Amino acid sequence: MFNGASNLAEGVDKTFVFIFIIAFIFIIGLTVFMIYTLVKYSRKKNQKAKQFRGSVKLEILWTVIPLVLVILMFYYGWVGFAPMRQVPDDAMRITAIGRMWEWEFDYGDGKLSSELVLPVNKPVRLDLVSEDVNHSLFIPAFRVKEDVVPGYDNYLWFTPYYIGDYEILCTEYCGLLHSSMVSKTKVVEEDKFEEWLANLEARGDIPDPPGLVLLKETGCLACHSDDGSRLVGPSFKGIYGMERIVVSDGEERTITIDDDYLRSSIIEPDRDLVKGYNKGLMQSYRKELNDDEIDQIIEYLSTFTPEGN
Amino acid sequence: MVNTSQENYLEYRGRFKGLMGWLTSTDHKRIGLMYMYAIMFFFIIAALLGLLMRIEKIAPGQTIMDAQTYNGVFTIHGIIMIFIIVIPGLAAVFGNFFLPIMIGAKDVAFPKLNLLSWYIYIAGAIMGILSQFIGGGAPDTGWTFYVPYSAESGTNVMFALLAAFVLGFSSILTGLNFIVTIHRLRAPGMTWFKMPLFPWSLYATAWIQVLATPIIGITLLMVIAERTLNIGFFDPALGGDPLLFQHLFWIYSHPAVYVMILPAMGVVTEIFPTFSQKPVFGYGAIAISSLAIALVGYFVWGHHMFTTGISYWSRWFFSFLTFIVAVPSAIKVFNWISTMYGGSIDLKPPLLYAISFIFLFMIGGFTGLTLGALATNVQTHDTTFVVAHFHYIIFGGMGFAFFAGIHYWFPKIYGRMYSNRLAYIAWGILFVGFNLLYFPLFVIGIQGMPRRYFDYLPQFQTGHVISSIGAFILVAGLVVMFYNLIYYRRKGEIASANPWKGVTLEWQIPSPPPLENFEEIPVIKDKPYTFDNKEEKASTGN
Ligand SMILES: [Cu+2]
Ligand SMILES: [Cu+2]
Repeated sequence: MFNGASNLAEGVDKTFVFIFIIAFIFIIGLTVFMIYTLVKYSRKKNQKAKQFRGSVKLEILWTVIPLVLVILMFYYGWVGFAPMRQVPDDAMRITAIGRMWEWEFDYGDGKLSSELVLPVNKPVRLDLVSEDVNHSLFIPAFRVKEDVVPGYDNYLWFTPYYIGDYEILCTEYCGLLHSSMVSKTKVVEEDKFEEWLANLEARGDIPDPPGLVLLKETGCLACHSDDGSRLVGPSFKGIYGMERIVVSDGEERTITIDDDYLRSSIIEPDRDLVKGYNKGLMQSYRKELNDDEIDQIIEYLSTFTPEGN
Repeated sequence: MVNTSQENYLEYRGRFKGLMGWLTSTDHKRIGLMYMYAIMFFFIIAALLGLLMRIEKIAPGQTIMDAQTYNGVFTIHGIIMIFIIVIPGLAAVFGNFFLPIMIGAKDVAFPKLNLLSWYIYIAGAIMGILSQFIGGGAPDTGWTFYVPYSAESGTNVMFALLAAFVLGFSSILTGLNFIVTIHRLRAPGMTWFKMPLFPWSLYATAWIQVLATPIIGITLLMVIAERTLNIGFFDPALGGDPLLFQHLFWIYSHPAVYVMILPAMGVVTEIFPTFSQKPVFGYGAIAISSLAIALVGYFVWGHHMFTTGISYWSRWFFSFLTFIVAVPSAIKVFNWISTMYGGSIDLKPPLLYAISFIFLFMIGGFTGLTLGALATNVQTHDTTFVVAHFHYIIFGGMGFAFFAGIHYWFPKIYGRMYSNRLAYIAWGILFVGFNLLYFPLFVIGIQGMPRRYFDYLPQFQTGHVISSIGAFILVAGLVVMFYNLIYYRRKGEIASANPWKGVTLEWQIPSPPPLENFEEIPVIKDKPYTFDNKEEKASTGN
């Protein structure tokens, strides 16, 4: 009965069924009772009305029974909803961008797609980003919907169960072409998905690797160029694996630049100073950078080989 | 008790005659009718706009209007229906006309303020209409004015916001007037629990009007400030918070739903005992449940925002309280039905409308629970399911209660009788048309048809076509009903003072009522809704 297209469908559909069954019983029951009353006590048959004014017992009864029923409905709704907020750790992360009036899905590394292609049976988390006004991402078949609000880090997640195409709609009114802000989810086999992603052309901005972000933030690039030009310090161009003459304790020696050398240059810049540069111009970055960050910088600089760059 | 020594309010001539006599009158009965005529005028406009939308939706793609026009049409349909029609609605029309009479007063506490409220209302309504024609084009934000779109749209949003702001003042002043009237002007002997239940519902409503409306006023002003002065309250581009707007908007607009529905419940509560010739069942339970709805109703606004990214526990609490607030409504339904049980029931048009009210209100209520449950809300939020639910509550509930009320009090207001036969025919057409129009929207809503969609996917067409057919039928029913009421208000048979054998005070004075309602202020001794003075003492549980 409940073979929904995603892991979340069952909880939602069960709540629907529970509420609708109770609704049906009450609406039909009370309507039939009203009609029965109208017929039985019609003025034609019943000239004299009974003059009672109420019953405390009945009032208590029809306060308690609805109260219990609505709390049950609430409970079903809550149970169906709770998993929607518990994203599994291994969920694939995709950024869904809403803008007037289109959807775009960012798979990282500058790979953007106007359709949401997903591997079957893999949890996926959509991070919702608005570039202008409010939108809302709705995939009816998966029973997921969450507003895309500028300035808010909203998200939703689900695991698609079946291969196929599913509508994506915008359900928060967003102006002229609101009703055209639609797209498709294509759920495919995992290997097909990998192939599709590999062939997806990188159109968007490729984000900076973390090492480069640190170099920029820490201000390293003010003194060390990455294009070979000489600034206050030596350039990073082709630096990794290069042979250099350095001055250590006043003695010249030739070394090959490797991870250890880069690390010591960050922590104790003056210990092995490249020949031709002055002492005391660079401070130790021991306090500004922790070990992880230094590793990230080294990892990034390790791509600056003499052959590459 | 019936006497004709005083001129009735329709014929009375004061300083001015004709139209001016009405426009300068501080008589609560005339003001009530002036609200009714204005509301009817705007209702016809907004209903026709609704029909245009349904024609547009009869097929996917463009049918009779382009997307921008459609967005403007649903916006003004909502603004007129909500702010100009259903919020003042029953309270302004029947409240004004019957509240003073039912509590044995000659007028409301502040008659001049009452007339001023009407003028403020008209000014706001005219501004709302003008917003369509002047400035940068018809507003296209929806009646909810969600920011950032409403802060950025190039259309004439400002004027529409200002109109809603002005209309709010009318609502606050009417509420204030009613609160003071109920506190100060009840006839001697009419204790709180001897007061009829329609005044009780107006009392609960008035408090919501006074306490909640200022919040929307300030919120609308904030949007105006944002648009003109670039102050960033809500627009993230200016450093604001778009969800703050939604919170403020719904802190008012959810209680506003009860401003619409509570007086409707009050009206049908008057109708059931009269046509059953039997006291209201559970008087105390009905009165208290009105107050409970008004009170708890303040704390459920978040159920409009379950998918906006509010926190897990916010969703939990708002959902829970939403379910709790459903209980007093259920209690009322049981009491209404029990009021009829054992009675001597005369199924006249007012009762027929009141019973349809219960039926449609139950459907609206249960689908409201579907929206209030967290799991099902995810699927139904912002789909046509919401549109259908809302129309079942507001049109099926408040609208049908209004129709019940006008058929009930028509002989009192005009001193004439409409055609019963036409009233039954109109009811039949309306009831069928209504359900055809709105029920399919539940179905396609669950399947994923979003609301406020100019265009739609082909799989939703069947539902849309049925709905559009229903719209035509509904409009036909409205035409018959309006014809019946308008024609017979002057041409109908003369009605007696108490054609339905009602026991509330309005039925103890002539039809139409004399200018000052009562020759002599009545003294209240009996319990309310006493049809038989020999009523068995043993069974007076409430
Ligand atoms: Cu959108
Ligand atoms: Cu609400």
